Amino acid sequence: MKLSIGHLYPELFNLYGDRGNVQCLLKRLQWRGIDAGVTVLPAGEKIDFNGLDIICWGGGSDRGQEMAAGYLRETRDDFRGYVEDGGVVLAVCAAFQLLGNYYRTEKRTIEGLGILDIRTEWKPGRLVGNAVLDSPLFSAPVVGFENHAGRTEIGDYTPLGKVLFGYGNTGKGDNEGLVYRNLIATYLHGPLLPKNPEVCDWLLERALRRKYGKEIVLEPLPDVQERRVNRNIVERFTTCQAGGGEKAGNRDVRGGRR
Amino acid sequence: MMRLRSRFAVFCARLACTVIRKTGRGSGSAFPGYVARRIDPEILSVMSGMVRRKVIAVTGTNGKTTTNNILYHALKAEGYQVLYNKMGANLLDGVITAFVMAGGKSGNPDVDYACIEVDEMASAGIFPKLKPDCVVVTNVFRDQLDRTGEVDIICGRIRKAIREVPDAVLVLNGDDICSRMLCMGCLNTVVTYGIGEKMGEDIPVGTAEMIFCPVCGHRLAYDFFQYGQLGVYRCPACGLERPHPDVSAAEIAWKDGACFFTLAGMRMKSGTRAPYNVYNTLSAYAALQGAGISRGKFGEMIAGFDYGNRRENTFTINEARVQLFLAKNPVGFQQKIFLLMKDPEPKDVVIQINDARLDGEDVSWLWDVDYHYLAGANTATVTAGGVRCYDMELCLKYDGIACTSTGDIRHTVEELTVRGSKNLYIITNYSGLYRTNRMLGELQSAGKEGAMP
Repeated sequence: MKLSIGHLYPELFNLYGDRGNVQCLLKRLQWRGIDAGVTVLPAGEKIDFNGLDIICWGGGSDRGQEMAAGYLRETRDDFRGYVEDGGVVLAVCAAFQLLGNYYRTEKRTIEGLGILDIRTEWKPGRLVGNAVLDSPLFSAPVVGFENHAGRTEIGDYTPLGKVLFGYGNTGKGDNEGLVYRNLIATYLHGPLLPKNPEVCDWLLERALRRKYGKEIVLEPLPDVQERRVNRNIVERFTTCQAGGGEKAGNRDVRGGRR
Repeated sequence: MMRLRSRFAVFCARLACTVIRKTGRGSGSAFPGYVARRIDPEILSVMSGMVRRKVIAVTGTNGKTTTNNILYHALKAEGYQVLYNKMGANLLDGVITAFVMAGGKSGNPDVDYACIEVDEMASAGIFPKLKPDCVVVTNVFRDQLDRTGEVDIICGRIRKAIREVPDAVLVLNGDDICSRMLCMGCLNTVVTYGIGEKMGEDIPVGTAEMIFCPVCGHRLAYDFFQYGQLGVYRCPACGLERPHPDVSAAEIAWKDGACFFTLAGMRMKSGTRAPYNVYNTLSAYAALQGAGISRGKFGEMIAGFDYGNRRENTFTINEARVQLFLAKNPVGFQQKIFLLMKDPEPKDVVIQINDARLDGEDVSWLWDVDYHYLAGANTATVTAGGVRCYDMELCLKYDGIACTSTGDIRHTVEELTVRGSKNLYIITNYSGLYRTNRMLGELQSAGKEGAMP
């Protein structure tokens, strides 16, 4: 077995240690003796979606998003085809926004790929802080860090999880991210996958199933360090006793939103 | 003669400082400034205006404190009276504190020069009041993204600050495309500095921030990188290129733990092993040249200059050498790993990562550092500490570096200095720096007392 991981425009979308997500996908395959390769997909070059099993797309600056928007337009149909066919995608932060119809910022509107029927609007007051989600897909809470000015309305899509701590898609603290077919889009970085190995394995299992046409259950890994990080963040921010002060701190920020 | 309100503000600020220090409630590096500002909102403009010759501001991501300290010592060596924010308190209140604490009872600062380190995100608020005659930008790197947003936002803030002081001489790192873009469209006189030769073959580059041309969007061509995005660059499409530097360092050689280089025709010797300190030395020299200040004693001063800023200190604990390093962003951390590689002796490494507001609450930047170089640095053990020790541990796992974690750094240091390789490096991010420095100082003096007959 072998999977091919495509790292989409890493030079424009690498804001929050997103390299870690690619490394995580790669290593968790290698640790199980499964072959894997990473293909860097540089901006401006044609992407062969047929050769890819997983696409990893990260957070980027506003300028990076604008530069990417031009290149992306050419990939739109192929990219949509890939997603509709069950191609696996992890889209973090800016990538989440660009998969939608548009991102309306203070000054202008950045046209998205329209693969997801969602809209993002800029509002003053960035939503910055640690986040913890309860997701029906995973046994452990999903942890990460969010930092976004855009508020994303996901409509009828299934959210990635319910917000236990943090702001979520719209800042209201209800839902975060979304799951559509084999695509996960989220505002959480950290990077996301190393701290949430279940999410990584979910993506890997789906990619293997799509490629080899049968149910493949990955053998469990020890994940000692992974679980320690995850538990530590969950305990700090969602346990009343230990995390009360932090929680209050976060509310202050929310209260201070202009 | 100072106006009464300002004099009263200085009096109260100094009183506040005495109270803070006497009651042991901190170092008083910012609160006195707050007191002064509340009494006289104009205090900074008033006092800055009383500096006899010039006010120099140093801003940027890395190297502010070192550059500012070099400037201070260079001016002192020339025989001038100088004030500076030596505690590194670089927000508005810290800057005001430096001024109010410099003066005598009359409140008059009584100095020829002021060298002021200014936080890059606070620069737009501080420059209009500080009115510097010369502004030095060291570099702009990715740093504390939860506070700054992104590099473009940091640049935007500094650009806004510069627009407030069109008469100031602007001293820029020409090798840093992010910094050099700051002068586009500005009215200031610009002085650039740079290093046209690669400082070492084996330097891990770290994150290159600027890959595409900021003018036309084409991929930039780099002859080489020094570290981060610093290097010799040009755009093949629109012709944007690294400016020929007005001040440069050349013929750089590393020998016996010292660095030799030629600066403005003079051969310099400095006691640093770090390439970034060549830039810091160069930026200070360029500022002096740009501001038209005498610098005949510069080489002599540099030969004896302590680049540790009294915070990256070396200690002897239980007969082990202990070196404390600050690493607060990816480029800085990568450079510290490079320094570890330069020491061939076996070593133990402790990394302390916190996520206090000062550090940035988002620790994802740890993943932008390439740790696998630690494997080639003769490291016997690596221990992670601090609030985010588990994040550090996980990062290291992915780069194949074995690591344990500790909840008690002091105990770990005691253990490692007794049983370890007798060569310990402690890398910490900002909030743990002063505390760890103090702790190591205590351990060092405790050992000395114990050893007495």
